[in-house]
Amino acid sequence: MPGKLKAKIVAGRHLPVMDRASDLTDAFVEVKFGNTTFKTDVCPKSLNPQWNSEWFKFEVDDEDLQDEPLQITVLDHDTYSANDAIGKVYIDIDPLLCTEAASIISGWFPIYDTIHGIRGEINVLVKVELFNDLNRFRQSSCGVKFFCTTSIPYSYRAVMVHGFVEELVVNEDPEYQWIDRIRTPRASNEARQRLISLMSGELQRKIGLKVLEMGGNAVVGYLQCFDLEGESGLVVRAIGTACTLEKFSSGSASITCPHPSTAPPSNACNSPKDGKESPLAHGCRSTHNSPVHSACSSQRLSQNFSVSVPTLIFTGMGSGGSAGKEAGPLKTLLRQQTQTTLEQREFPFFTLTSFPPGFLVHVGGVVSARSVKLLDRIHNPDEPETRDAWWEEIRQEIKSHAKALGCHAVVGYSENTSICEEVCILSASGTAAILNPRYMREGCLDVGSIDHRFDDPSPPNCGFCHIPYDELNMPFPAQLAYCYQCRRQKVPDVLFTTIDLPAEAAVTGKGCLIQARLCRLKKKAQGEVNATAISNLLPFMEYELHTQLMNKLKLRSMNALFGLHIQISVGENMLLGLASATGVYLTALPAPGGIQIAGKTPGDLNNEQHVAAIQKRINDAIAKNKELYQINPPELTDEGVGSPIPEPRQRSRIFRSHSESSDELSELDLSHGKKDAFVLEIDDTDAVEDIHSLLTDAPPPAGFHSCSTETMPGIYNWTSGIQMFTSVRVLRLNNTNLTNQGLNKIFTDLCENLLKSFYFKLRSTVPCCLCHLNFTVAVPEEELVQVSVTAVAMTFDKDQNQEKPPEKATTKGGSETEDQLQFPLELSADSSSTSPQPSKISGVAENTIVSTRAVSVDYGSFADRCSTWLELLRLKAHTIRRGSVKTISSLEHCSPLPEGRSRSLCSSRSFGVGSVTMVKMTPLSFLPGTRIIKYLGIINMFFIRETTSLREEGGVSGFLHSFIAEVFAMVRAHVAALGGNAVVSYSMKDCVLMENPNKNQAQCLINVSGDAVICVRETDQEQTTNTGQTCGTIDGAT
Amino acid sequence: MAVELDVFVGNTTIMDEEVYQLWLDGYTVNDAVRARMEGGVLDEFDATADVLLSDTMDQYRTFQMCERLLHSPAKLANQLLFQIPPHRQTMLIERYYAFDDVFVREVLGKKLSKGTKKDLDDISAKTGVTLKSCRRQFDNFKRIFKVVEELKGPLVENIRQHFLLSDKLARDYAAIVFFANNRFETGKKKLQYITFQDFAFCAGQLINNWTVGAVGEGLWLLPLANMDVDLDKEFLQELKELKVLITDKDLLDQHKSLVCTALRGKTKAFNEMEANFKNLSRGLVNIATKLTNTKDVRDFFIDLVEKFIEPCRSDRWTAADVKLYLTHYTNSAHILDTFKHQVVWDRYMGVIKSCIFKMYHD
Repeated sequence: MPGKLKAKIVAGRHLPVMDRASDLTDAFVEVKFGNTTFKTDVCPKSLNPQWNSEWFKFEVDDEDLQDEPLQITVLDHDTYSANDAIGKVYIDIDPLLCTEAASIISGWFPIYDTIHGIRGEINVLVKVELFNDLNRFRQSSCGVKFFCTTSIPYSYRAVMVHGFVEELVVNEDPEYQWIDRIRTPRASNEARQRLISLMSGELQRKIGLKVLEMGGNAVVGYLQCFDLEGESGLVVRAIGTACTLEKFSSGSASITCPHPSTAPPSNACNSPKDGKESPLAHGCRSTHNSPVHSACSSQRLSQNFSVSVPTLIFTGMGSGGSAGKEAGPLKTLLRQQTQTTLEQREFPFFTLTSFPPGFLVHVGGVVSARSVKLLDRIHNPDEPETRDAWWEEIRQEIKSHAKALGCHAVVGYSENTSICEEVCILSASGTAAILNPRYMREGCLDVGSIDHRFDDPSPPNCGFCHIPYDELNMPFPAQLAYCYQCRRQKVPDVLFTTIDLPAEAAVTGKGCLIQARLCRLKKKAQGEVNATAISNLLPFMEYELHTQLMNKLKLRSMNALFGLHIQISVGENMLLGLASATGVYLTALPAPGGIQIAGKTPGDLNNEQHVAAIQKRINDAIAKNKELYQINPPELTDEGVGSPIPEPRQRSRIFRSHSESSDELSELDLSHGKKDAFVLEIDDTDAVEDIHSLLTDAPPPAGFHSCSTETMPGIYNWTSGIQMFTSVRVLRLNNTNLTNQGLNKIFTDLCENLLKSFYFKLRSTVPCCLCHLNFTVAVPEEELVQVSVTAVAMTFDKDQNQEKPPEKATTKGGSETEDQLQFPLELSADSSSTSPQPSKISGVAENTIVSTRAVSVDYGSFADRCSTWLELLRLKAHTIRRGSVKTISSLEHCSPLPEGRSRSLCSSRSFGVGSVTMVKMTPLSFLPGTRIIKYLGIINMFFIRETTSLREEGGVSGFLHSFIAEVFAMVRAHVAALGGNAVVSYSMKDCVLMENPNKNQAQCLINVSGDAVICVRETDQEQTTNTGQTCGTIDGAT
Repeated sequence: MAVELDVFVGNTTIMDEEVYQLWLDGYTVNDAVRARMEGGVLDEFDATADVLLSDTMDQYRTFQMCERLLHSPAKLANQLLFQIPPHRQTMLIERYYAFDDVFVREVLGKKLSKGTKKDLDDISAKTGVTLKSCRRQFDNFKRIFKVVEELKGPLVENIRQHFLLSDKLARDYAAIVFFANNRFETGKKKLQYITFQDFAFCAGQLINNWTVGAVGEGLWLLPLANMDVDLDKEFLQELKELKVLITDKDLLDQHKSLVCTALRGKTKAFNEMEANFKNLSRGLVNIATKLTNTKDVRDFFIDLVEKFIEPCRSDRWTAADVKLYLTHYTNSAHILDTFKHQVVWDRYMGVIKSCIFKMYHD
């Protein structure tokens, strides 16, 4: 019996009136875990009942603890008829299973009903006592920490990065079971919510087991998704990066490093030179080639149909084909060596998007793979092999692409799907990269000496740009130049990646959001014909999107994309493609050329004037953008550099068309014929469209910036104001005779208007930057286009935004200067962490500490000082309490209310107004101006909301508006109950809306996730350090 | 092509004060968009009408969802649905409960019943306040009235605590509740010149001096409801004793000569004062003695105007004259040997004096 779960129902408030006659409610509560149910007494005639129940105890396996949620149902007692349900609360108790996370769940939870939404609140206390389980073959994985954050969490250091973990679980969707015909919508929704909760619990447990097998203790960059496959079932899948994390104690670090000023990692982004430096010069030519897609021959499986897998590699400028899957010969000796460790692994993938300094050596480019599948009923939920096989296939593809780019690993890796009826597009993408060999080495690192051995004479801020592949045997034609920073190694002229901009990278000017948007009509079809049609369209779409990205990048005079995310969504009669990324000017890369327009018929005078006019507009736009984004790269004399200066004509043309790649050509020839590769001919209708889309993208209004990455390159002095938001817009296309161009225009306008709307709404927060703008597109019905966006607006200090603070490895945390001065302890650990680990056979050892981006809540702009103070009080109470609770549980007797908490509750109540904890939410991994002192566990919630009175709720907009607000409220309540005050790495994975206005009905499913944290203001640093230490001693003592 | 759905939800609820005011003022979405465009939002910020419409719709939806909470403001602080910083909550509540003086002037002293609610159309047409806004204001009055009706303790404090209003607004509501409860007549033509603020001041005077709650701190422990809302019956009874001031001829003459002695040479209106003394004194004392009748309580203000203010005004007394006269009139009564009701007299005249001062203007 490895665990005892205890729950206590304290009180309710704001309950709905269930008895019309008396305007009151006779409420009682059922508490259910697994198959055990307890009930409280009925609290008659009250809308604010006080149950103050006994502790309900559930004795359960830890396996169940991980899988099952605690289910609390509030009901209205009815003597004569069946009791009416008021609503439910599902509490994920996973955070309690990890000693380092939360120790108690206590607080007000919204009572949620899938038909009526939030109906009052209930105060609940939950605790878990875990007994040590010595069974080696156990099925549970309690204690493995999960993080949604795609970097090493703050206040932890990665002792070792083990690598990729994945798992998927399938089941029948309750909505499609026969029983659904006879049960109420409420029962069906609840069955679904419960099933998904169970499945994600199971998934997390299984992933945890894999991590334990690998010797790790945490999963970072945990990404869980649902595939609602309809008739064929429900798939919950997750990927992540297994790590061994160690919480660093500031005390020890301070002893080992007395000179904090030397701490900023000087070895960041080393080239792998160390003695075994490859004799080969890294080089590169710019590539302007069409996407050569390696169409896998269609294969028929017994049960499902799968068609060609058009895939692309985006590197530099071109979309290189996967030229030869086993592109072996270009590996240097060194790489072969470093590779072996990684290659022993099935998939050398990392879901991380930002890395400890020195981890990332070179970046090759974006690799992506897509596959179109026909869904088939999952016959045996216990053997999800088909889905596994599908993903396996895609991952193999990605792996081989990375190899083709001379890289042994893929970072910033993610997977997603788009489903329409029975067709499913599986996509995976990432960035091919070479990781530092010292992280690859078997066994532990000799951390003491790293600095000397890996000292790299080349500047640390350009290393990752250097090409990883072999100049003489390049996977695709590319244009290379010597690095504009170190002048030693070759760099491509353009770099695309899915990761965040490395903190140490040198950037000229500011970045900006760059989006490519595309619609393609397709004929309605069924089954294999449909799948084939889609897969035939995919490469064209990828190519178009890529062209758009490239053109827009050039129009802004930039040369690199970070955080690139390409989504292709399938509907019955169209495909939507949306690519978002943050464009920057990397100082190390050559300046991008302009865009040159050419007429098709040079003789025609009118035409030439037209061409000249367009050319002028484009040139003007480029000049304006340069000014706007402050791109003034130092003038370099190219002569000195060995790279060939491209002819002006060649340099400045839009690339469109055929690849010169020597590749064995694919079945599909995407070329536009053997035209000059770089001229944009305006007679070409596509080209007109391109120009149009180029010039219609409005820059953000003054005071605003936007980016798709965590932070904006070029802005370093964030202030503490943040505003996270979710926006959803659905367009109905009434006109059935739309052309591709017409659709493109509509889609582009939709995205542009959304952005304009954001700027307008947030106009009072300027100067600010919309960070992590994450667009999701979907085609929910035949004529509907849905775009959902979650992002955060962050304010920054205008005065200092011109210059990057000199001489330091600025991380995105902002106000880093003070960080380093004030808190040298943690930073110093960077160079001095000494914690040898037992050698792992295939571990990626990694010893760097995440720099301590200090974060804390600032209520200055949003709330009063009072609550900040209160927050701190609570925090203190909380930390102290942790110790005491532990003692209690070890003595196996329980007090109804831990002292600390009760005290904090009292103190907050005494304030009257503002007794609800402010919980900040952000899609980023940090909160500016604050410091995360504790991770409380992962938040992963799934909600269904349905209505049969759509008009009364204000139409679909009213319905969704309140649902999103309710989801936010429930996330905040759970975080607050865990003792936290913020959610980082928040994301809304799914927002599936189905409506039937004629029947006055709508249904919506939302899945959200994030990390619950406690953060404190940077200014409160002293106190918290003290508290932390106190806490430590107490913990130690018990 | 049509926008089927368009929502924007912030973790911290975003509310524009300007749009909130338009919503409170009962503008429709389209009218609000027009008003905002005229207000020049678009000029300050390069945006299209679509953007404005979308923003206005979002805000209106938010306000509608919040409205339920605003009906019991204490809930706003501990609800979980909207994350609103405390100072914004205060703003929301204060603005929601704010009212138009022109509107409140129309319903002041009327029964807050369904009947009155039906007349809101007319009031709306008369005052130019939109019907929607009239309804909100009327419902606010009614809601606050209903809640404090059943509460013990000081009226202003009750309102402030239950509705989290500012002191000023709580006092105004106390006045409204007080007027509605005692059904003071305020609608007569003669009273039209008196503003709501004048009445609110008078109500404050009455609440502070003439109600049960006004007598002493300890009294509020008594199990008496509405001590601040109802006038002190005992006191009203005692007021009858003042009649002696006009019925006893000696006393009346003595009083007159004392006042006249004090006033002589101090004002241009002395002759008029002397001539009118008996009339005015009768008027004021009669008001006092009749207050035991509910009907006469209702006519309190009209009586003050008819019996005192109008005669003075027709004699062109200045405000200073009135003040001077009333001061001496009150004080001289203390010197009267046979007059034993000094305490009641002071309690009565204190309020009368300040009410008349406030009401004595054009």
